[in-house]
Amino acid sequence: MAVAMLIATLTAATLRVATPILLAAIGETFNERAGVLNLGIEGIMFLGAFVGFYVADITGSLWMGLLMAIISGVLLGILMAYFTVSLGVNQHVSGLGITLLASGLALYAFRLNYGGRSTPPSIPPFEQITPLAKIPVFNTILNQYLLTYVTFFIIVPVSWWVMYRTSLGMKIRAVGENPEAADAAGINVFWIRYGVLTFGGGLMAMGGAFLSLAQLGAFTHGIIAGRGWVAIALVIFGNWNPFKVMLGSLIFGGTYALQLRLQAMGLQLPIPYETFLALPYIVTIIALVIAGRQASYPAALLKPYQRE
Amino acid sequence: MPLLKFRLEKTGAPLWFRGLIPVITLVLTFILTSGLIIWGKANPFEAYYYFLIDPLSGRVSFLEVLVKSTPLILTGIAVTVAFVSGYFNIGAEGQLYAGALASAYLGTVLGGISTPLAILLMLISSFAAGLLWALLPALLRVYLNVDEVVTTLLFNSIIIFMISAILNGPWRDPQSGWPQSPEIAEVTRLPQLVARSRLHFGFVLALTVVAVVWFIQTKTSFGLKFRAVGLGKEGARFAGINVERTILIAALISGGIAGIAGYVEVAGIQYHLIGELSPGYGYTGIIIATMGGLNALGVGAAALFFGLVETGAQTVSRALGVPVYLGEVTQATMLLVILGMFLLQRYRIRRM
Amino acid sequence: MHVVEMRQITKQFGDVIANDRVDFQLRNGEIHALLGENGAGKTSLMRILFGLYHQDSGEIMIDGQLVRIGSPKDAIELGIGMVTQHFALVPPFSVAENVIMGYRESLSLDMKAIEAEVASSARKFGIEIDPSAIVRHLSVGQKQRVEILKALFREVRVLILDEPTAVLIPQEVDTFFRILRNLQEEGISIIFISHKLNEAMAISDRVTVLRDGRVISTIDTSSTNPAELAKMMVGRETFGVTRKGKVVANQPVLEVKNLFANDDSGLQALSNISLVVNAGEILGIAGVGGNGQKELAEALCGIRTPIHGSILVHAQELSGASPSEITATGVGRIPEDRHAGLIGELTVAENLVMEQLGRFTSHSVLNKKLIRKYADDLIDKFQIKARPTDRTRTLSGGNLQKLLLARVLANQPDVIIAPQPTRGLDVGATEYVHKQLLEQRMRGAAVLLISEDLDEIMALSDRIAVMYEGEIVGVLSAQDADIERLGLMMSGVLKENKDAVTQV
Repeated sequence: MAVAMLIATLTAATLRVATPILLAAIGETFNERAGVLNLGIEGIMFLGAFVGFYVADITGSLWMGLLMAIISGVLLGILMAYFTVSLGVNQHVSGLGITLLASGLALYAFRLNYGGRSTPPSIPPFEQITPLAKIPVFNTILNQYLLTYVTFFIIVPVSWWVMYRTSLGMKIRAVGENPEAADAAGINVFWIRYGVLTFGGGLMAMGGAFLSLAQLGAFTHGIIAGRGWVAIALVIFGNWNPFKVMLGSLIFGGTYALQLRLQAMGLQLPIPYETFLALPYIVTIIALVIAGRQASYPAALLKPYQRE
Repeated sequence: MPLLKFRLEKTGAPLWFRGLIPVITLVLTFILTSGLIIWGKANPFEAYYYFLIDPLSGRVSFLEVLVKSTPLILTGIAVTVAFVSGYFNIGAEGQLYAGALASAYLGTVLGGISTPLAILLMLISSFAAGLLWALLPALLRVYLNVDEVVTTLLFNSIIIFMISAILNGPWRDPQSGWPQSPEIAEVTRLPQLVARSRLHFGFVLALTVVAVVWFIQTKTSFGLKFRAVGLGKEGARFAGINVERTILIAALISGGIAGIAGYVEVAGIQYHLIGELSPGYGYTGIIIATMGGLNALGVGAAALFFGLVETGAQTVSRALGVPVYLGEVTQATMLLVILGMFLLQRYRIRRM
Repeated sequence: MHVVEMRQITKQFGDVIANDRVDFQLRNGEIHALLGENGAGKTSLMRILFGLYHQDSGEIMIDGQLVRIGSPKDAIELGIGMVTQHFALVPPFSVAENVIMGYRESLSLDMKAIEAEVASSARKFGIEIDPSAIVRHLSVGQKQRVEILKALFREVRVLILDEPTAVLIPQEVDTFFRILRNLQEEGISIIFISHKLNEAMAISDRVTVLRDGRVISTIDTSSTNPAELAKMMVGRETFGVTRKGKVVANQPVLEVKNLFANDDSGLQALSNISLVVNAGEILGIAGVGGNGQKELAEALCGIRTPIHGSILVHAQELSGASPSEITATGVGRIPEDRHAGLIGELTVAENLVMEQLGRFTSHSVLNKKLIRKYADDLIDKFQIKARPTDRTRTLSGGNLQKLLLARVLANQPDVIIAPQPTRGLDVGATEYVHKQLLEQRMRGAAVLLISEDLDEIMALSDRIAVMYEGEIVGVLSAQDADIERLGLMMSGVLKENKDAVTQV
């Protein structure tokens, strides 16, 4: 029984840890499917986390915080689209610029409003919901925030459905593979890219807000700490397919939760814990090499589209 | 009522407009950031005085500007070397840490040698470490056509984990228990340049790198070949340049220079390796390289400016209570404004 | 009443008149071939019909109604579809997805139903294709069928095909013709642009020949023959032979032996090419574009590695050699695409010295003064209207070509490879280039001129070789240059004795 409980708690932790990254990764999946790499992901998550926290703190409403966080992500997505799609600026540079801007804004506002404290400010977070409270094991696993359920059971399947079963998804994929052909077929490449960046930005910010409003109920400098880059790795790992990306996020969440638990238990392993953490990245690089050979990379990724 | 329609005509903007770009950039940045400053309950004009002018007026703060610029100059140049040839090295951050790792190690085993020799050895080894860390993504790009943006990005994360493992394991400081490497030997530290300041020899190294890269870029056939490959791969290939080898070399040199950035931070400021050695110098380097127009002197100037902004942000913070992060916001705003301007200068707005 | 009628269509691009008061009619249900050389105006005329260009003057009538075709969307709405040589397909998508892309606007896609629809449409027109197949894995012929199916799915009644057999292997051509007949039975009217006479004669009901932007004749296929058509395609008045001086006989400088090479898609582009160029002669390679000329030039310039065969300059084997090695052997290489072959963002001076930086450096440091002087000299000598410090991309086409010539001729090469040297240039620039090539010939260089412009070939060459489908199908000396024979060779009708190529 103890083993079952251990697995159950680990699974629960996995789902929790995976949620914010999965949200961001789904957003980035749409972006990359349309041919845009959004390196602003780290900053958008960070600002989303802060805006969510701050608004929730001053209004007293967690939902208001979440809403404003999503809006901040949407606005940043539009900004990114303006630079990369309308102006045709190099995607990496504008993405990093946006990460810097968003992080700077968040930290500035954070220091302004909460500066000088020794402990991070906190608010009562979202409650966890346990739909199957009476059933053992399941009541441990399914003890999650609403947002987690929404992410895994609604956002991921709907994203998959949109991507592969709707004409919108087909347009997005066409734009990411061969924008000239898409353009010739009457698809508006610019609107599609604006759309995915905006939608993606909203999801990324939502991911950040999950951390501050649900998982931690607090905001700190290191609240994101590289999760944005993990999301980018997951998108590739998952071959730009929402379900596979979800799988990747579970693997990541799982290894993270596992190594945390092992550390808490005081277990000494012959290899450092960081190996677990680095594993997703290494596997992703291997996936990239294979993907390069098989050409399942969205062919137009990173190339700005200029119609002469 | 008919709307006034404008169209952008793709011809060069008038010269007078182009000359004004730095000024317009500064003004726009000022306007955009003043909102934040006002929110911080300060006067924007006063803030900008402390921000940009005050740091230059005092000895201590002026030297601090140079100190802060040192790693930025190096990462900026590192990124420039790669970008010029069309290789998007996003991995300067990781390559910096590779160099730092090598330096921190050598600093503990080199003893009983003269400082100049130590500097030479550590310079070479940090360059080599950064180069080696850049090698795999470069090879993947040149021979397997795997895009370097994501691979170099992932390599950043991997080395940070490696360093965390090392610092929490074999290199954990036995005395304090903190995850920091043992202090490096006295002789291996970069000498102070000016008494009672943090300015160290690393600044001279940085300027030397700028000079060397500038020379290569503008005065040698190598520089011309690197540029040719970045600006017109087919034309370069037709003219007989080995495009693949050129890109590979650019990528490796880029990694090496970023490695030197790690060295100067370890041997000049920290004297040991810590996980937070770099607050994103590698990424900021990309921004600086862009702002400097991928030209060594311009990048050096941009790096100094960023150093000024970072120092100034602390000054403003102390003087007016405005959060120090104004620095980052200003840097980002300036970048975005310049990006917008880069393109605007290629077009002309015409009324239809 | 004609399905399509184009009246007095005129279209000008700058100085060039692409279509000069062209009249064209398409009868209902016919297959109508549009013949002509490069630059005759066929593609331009059809692009006007499909809404990609707009005519300067003239009218278009569909079913007797005057129409304005402002864009491909308008054309499709009027029932006109076009399949070009460059396919607009998304490789990882299936056939069905490519067919409906941008056309089917439902929220959700039932791929099974759509595949069934596409399958039945394909069956109706006799096109064999698997709707669920992934386009990336299809052969070129199959991809073309997808493009045709795309047009048919949008219910076009007029189908324009631009050089459709250029990308097909012979076996696929038969399948393709069968499909065309099926389409005809289903009431589709077809316009078939081509330069391949045999095929045009085999499939079409009527033929219109264009030359220099004008209609030469529209005639029933059954009442004409290839020779007559060839003459109409290339027929000219007499030309002035501007060459003087004798060829240095029997002194081969450039020899190509049994050369085979593939194009970018991996298909065979050069098929057992053998030729010889002697000192002091211009060998002109004639032929309609797309028959392997590009690949031949690339192989000779060192940017395409041949599969088999050898390239010899002064008896030195250069097949597969690097561009630098080839230049070092005394070969002057001019790139076919002057924009890709130069580096636009670099200066004129930098581009001039790019091939031989070693001459202008000491210990890798550039001798800027020497470079500047070299550039000034060349600018002066070759009358390039530019300063050494100008960005190369700001130069006009003519000046870019002068720059390329200067770069090459300054070194007094023994061999000059000149592919399409006057493409896109105005009269003055063209004359200049010709003058340079003739001077080089007088100087004793061996010049290989590749051109789609038959006038140019006729005016400059001592001997003329014709390329068709990757082979040399005949070689004539200038005196024997019979316009009819050339036309027949260029259209693939005539294949001469190949031994004539290696003889002098």
